[in-house]
Amino acid sequence: MNRVDHAAIKASDSDVRRPDGGPTADPRIKVKTRGVSVFYGDKQALFGVDLDIDEKSVTALIGPSGCGKSTYLRCINRMNDTIEGCRIEGSIEIDGEDIHDRSIDPVLLRARVGMVFQKPNPFPKSIFDNVAYGARIHGLASSRKELEEIVQSSLEKAGLWGEVKDRLGQPGTSLSGGQQQRLVIARAIAVRPDVILMDEPCSALDPIATAKIEELIDELRFNYCIVIVTHSMAQAARVSQKTAFFHLGKLVETGPTELIFTNPRESRTQDYITGRFG
Amino acid sequence: MTDHTVRSFSAELEELSGDIARMGGLAEDLLSDAIQATVSRDAALAETVVVRDALVDALQVEVERKILRLLALRQPLARDLREVIAALKIAAELERIGDLAKNIAKRAKLIDLMEPGPALKGLSRMGRLVNAQLKRVLDAYSAMETAAAAKVWTRDEEVDEHYMSLFRELLTYMMEDPRTISGCAHLLFVAKNLERIGDHCTNIAEEIHFLVTGETLTTERPKVDVLANN
Repeated sequence: MNRVDHAAIKASDSDVRRPDGGPTADPRIKVKTRGVSVFYGDKQALFGVDLDIDEKSVTALIGPSGCGKSTYLRCINRMNDTIEGCRIEGSIEIDGEDIHDRSIDPVLLRARVGMVFQKPNPFPKSIFDNVAYGARIHGLASSRKELEEIVQSSLEKAGLWGEVKDRLGQPGTSLSGGQQQRLVIARAIAVRPDVILMDEPCSALDPIATAKIEELIDELRFNYCIVIVTHSMAQAARVSQKTAFFHLGKLVETGPTELIFTNPRESRTQDYITGRFG
Repeated sequence: MTDHTVRSFSAELEELSGDIARMGGLAEDLLSDAIQATVSRDAALAETVVVRDALVDALQVEVERKILRLLALRQPLARDLREVIAALKIAAELERIGDLAKNIAKRAKLIDLMEPGPALKGLSRMGRLVNAQLKRVLDAYSAMETAAAAKVWTRDEEVDEHYMSLFRELLTYMMEDPRTISGCAHLLFVAKNLERIGDHCTNIAEEIHFLVTGETLTTERPKVDVLANN
């Protein structure tokens, strides 16, 4: 049994700053948020969230419905900008760069920070065009051959190539739910993102399709920073290296996943993950 | 702690700690009767210990079956998970304690045929101490008190000291009069079994500490090295 070393965990959580007080010096931290609060009109949905999200690893956000975890997730690629009356305070940095800086184009930001939703949402286009879409509009391919390469490698990374390589011209919607979700992941990967956000990506899938997505997440983590919102404790425990527990719009506790699920520090975390809430 | 949203889960966890308490009670009875049978050379009482050990074994099987089901159906986490794992391990410790008590009882039946040994007094004292250790650690489990468990853990040193002095005493008798060798050898095994039971009590104490705090007792327990002194 591993001995619990809270001191060591605390040290890894602390923010490392450059001597000049500039952006994050620790290359392991991909996304760094400080004091992030979100308001929908008068209603405050998030209260000053400080969280570091590691590079090349999976961070799971857990908590009861309405706890703010999806709201937090949507801050990372400025999806909340599209909601009328939504106001965001605090700082969000990706690779030390403030994503609310005026020089940042939200459209380009969303290419860097891909998103996968609860329900698979393929475009009403062919499988090929679904994956090629982003690469085309961002001008990532200079020839048809290059585009085909991007489509193939993205589908391969999403673990879907073998299943669809002979039917790339068929509509994306002709695939099964689990395949559609992997298609959407391939579409996100095609524009070469750094960060992939997933909002309950398996909640509409059967156990086998879920297992395939989880396996995929486990492979993708070697190249991407992945943040996943999930209602399944078991899924959070299986796929993530770090877990953050949200409750009533506040970040209650964050730490290595193993520790959160075996020996959480906060009683609210304990109550939630053992099914004692409410 | 508040109840689970699924209340039958809380009920199952309570049932589990109830089973452990029952196993503990049975093991305690077996141990005190085995010691009593040895000291008073009561073969009939010893025989009941041998028979009753089957109850402890059966309970352990029952506990393991329940835990298997609970892990498969409930997927316990955090403290619940530690509680279940601790129950699984404590049940195994108690089953071993039952076996050792049975072994003491079997030897008691043989000693019955021989002259009463002079070492019986010391053995009886050691038996009382080990019995008290078992009782204390079971109480600590019921109350989930890690301080009480830690006390049992450190007090095992006393058990070891008792064993060491009995070991020396029995060695002396055997050297003085070789006719006592057979009886004394049995008593030596009885003492060794008691010492082993003491160790199982410290294991249970460690499980309680892990259950409550989520951390392992890592500091080195004070030990008396029997072999080094002889």
